[in-house]
Amino acid sequence: MAVPGALAQNAAEPVASGETGQARRPTWMTALRAPKIATGLAIVLIFIAVAIFGPMIDRTNPSAITSAVLQGPSAAHWLGTTQSGQDILAQLINGARISLFVGFVAGLIATVLSLFIGVLGGYLGGVADEILSVFTNIFLVIPALPLVIILAGYLPGKGALSVAIVISVTGWAWGARVQRAQTLSIRDRDYVLAARIAGEGTMRIIFCEILPNELAIVAASFLFTVIFAILTEAGLAFLGLSNLSSWSWGTMLYWAQADSALQSGAWWWFVPPGLCIALVGAGLAMINFGIDEFVNPRLRSAGIATTRRSARAATGRSARAAATGRSARAAGSRRSASRS
Amino acid sequence: MRYTFRRLGFYLLTTVVAITINFLVPHLMPGNPAEILVANFRGRVSPAAVRSVSALFGLSHASLWSQYLNYWHQLLHGNLGISFSFFPATVTSVIARSLPWTIWLVGSSTIISFVLGTLLGIVVAWRRGSWLDSTIPVTTFFSAVPYFWFGLVVVFVFGSLLKWFPLYGGYNSSTSIGWSWSFIQSAFYYSILPATTIVLSSIAGWLLGMRNMMITTIGDDYIVLAEAEGLSERRIMLAYAARNAILPNIADFALSLGFVVSGAILTEIVFSYPGIGYILYQAVDNEDFPLMQGIFLVITLAVLAANLFADLCYGALDPRARQGA
Repeated sequence: MAVPGALAQNAAEPVASGETGQARRPTWMTALRAPKIATGLAIVLIFIAVAIFGPMIDRTNPSAITSAVLQGPSAAHWLGTTQSGQDILAQLINGARISLFVGFVAGLIATVLSLFIGVLGGYLGGVADEILSVFTNIFLVIPALPLVIILAGYLPGKGALSVAIVISVTGWAWGARVQRAQTLSIRDRDYVLAARIAGEGTMRIIFCEILPNELAIVAASFLFTVIFAILTEAGLAFLGLSNLSSWSWGTMLYWAQADSALQSGAWWWFVPPGLCIALVGAGLAMINFGIDEFVNPRLRSAGIATTRRSARAATGRSARAAATGRSARAAGSRRSASRS
Repeated sequence: MRYTFRRLGFYLLTTVVAITINFLVPHLMPGNPAEILVANFRGRVSPAAVRSVSALFGLSHASLWSQYLNYWHQLLHGNLGISFSFFPATVTSVIARSLPWTIWLVGSSTIISFVLGTLLGIVVAWRRGSWLDSTIPVTTFFSAVPYFWFGLVVVFVFGSLLKWFPLYGGYNSSTSIGWSWSFIQSAFYYSILPATTIVLSSIAGWLLGMRNMMITTIGDDYIVLAEAEGLSERRIMLAYAARNAILPNIADFALSLGFVVSGAILTEIVFSYPGIGYILYQAVDNEDFPLMQGIFLVITLAVLAANLFADLCYGALDPRARQGA
């Protein structure tokens, strides 16, 4: 189809095929023991905890204007203050709520959309698939940020939820393409054919036979959409296109730029929010790389595959099938991670 | 040939969709912002501008379809309306003024980042297991950093603290824009920091993608054969492994471009670089909707054109793409 070549072909190769998956099927418990997944998960969970409980513990009002103007980190203000004397730590903690909320909600909506369009197209095939994948590819090549900007520009309220919806409208296409390719490779497996012959309905086959075998890919595309959404929200807010009276990491950066934090040398103002975005993003990306390495042993740098030669020895033919399938993911992963 | 035509057709279709989206958004968004907008601007801008905006946003009472046709008609004559924030300049002239800056900045930094990242990816994959592997977590972190925030930090360190580079702007304001040597020199000097920001934030993607493809390729039988034949390591690395591994990176180049452009828009704002992104910032600030929509259209068309080019290159390089089309 109208896809820049090899990505689609690669992704169409079996990933969780019978030969590769059955020998040693990774369970979620062992997955948690992989260092990358564990570290990434820890980082993300800490931030989620701060977002949920932080504002209850630190009750400083992030918008309260005080006379302590543009002060560096001190005992009273751990991360210093803004030009109007607002506490930066309080802004950071409260900002985590909206930033993560937008990220996860947009990720969720986009993943559901991409599953619906990708799996349905892949499973149905024919004209329906043709139409759905042209639709997907169109949204894939239209640059996301400018589209989000004009959508958000016309948004009357610019609340967190509407921003999340607008972001998800532009963030689903990549996931849909991967899901479609994966479904294409699963569609004609014996157990799906058996289910079809047994008279199971289309929806039941999709939800009970196909989806469970795509969970790793679904999880990965969800995580990357979350990164994309957090970055896009920050970009939108930085442009002034979100509700500037509520705090997110993006609005913090907007005010830092607008009140010339740079010129006054107030590094404690603009460094923390960006650092938080980067840390959450890196945490999510690490979970994904962990999942990647789990399925594609060749990508593991330590342990099994320390040198080129032993890597080759350690991974058999079967791993190769998985490897090429995964490469689409790996390549895609960097795309979404480098947005915004 | 069939491949070329299919790609051309696809991008034509995408262009039509993008233009249609651009037309429909103001019509479909709740609360009719355009009406409020025009009411706001009445009296501040000329009646001609109000009329042009009314036509652009479909405030006339004609049917949606005839408005749509009218929109195409205007577009094909290069008429994108009149900008509020740069009144009385037309949107087309405002964009034409800033576009060369963005093309220079984004073009040069994308090429540098692609070449450098791909080369580094080759080396990191080849020397897998050595200390070079420690670049992976670092690049992961970099890939999750917002471009514009990285720009802020870079400006702070190299502009504010060290004073090596100017804090903002696209050229020394004492020189006049033109093909004079002193202007080119200052434009180059002023673009170093923003370009470095874009390169550093986008390089991680190329590096990781290339590394992962390389590692997959290195395990193939023909590499073993090449080693058994006693070819030099350098030759195997570049002419055998990298040559095959680079294809997905090129296929991906097209898609990544959209994101690099998005990142560059925000980077320009940090540096007050006189390109499209900075104009967009001013447009958002002044609720200059005609300009915002014009910029969306121009960026989209530019990205689509670049995508088409990359796709055609890819088709020329990989016969499988031509067959699959």
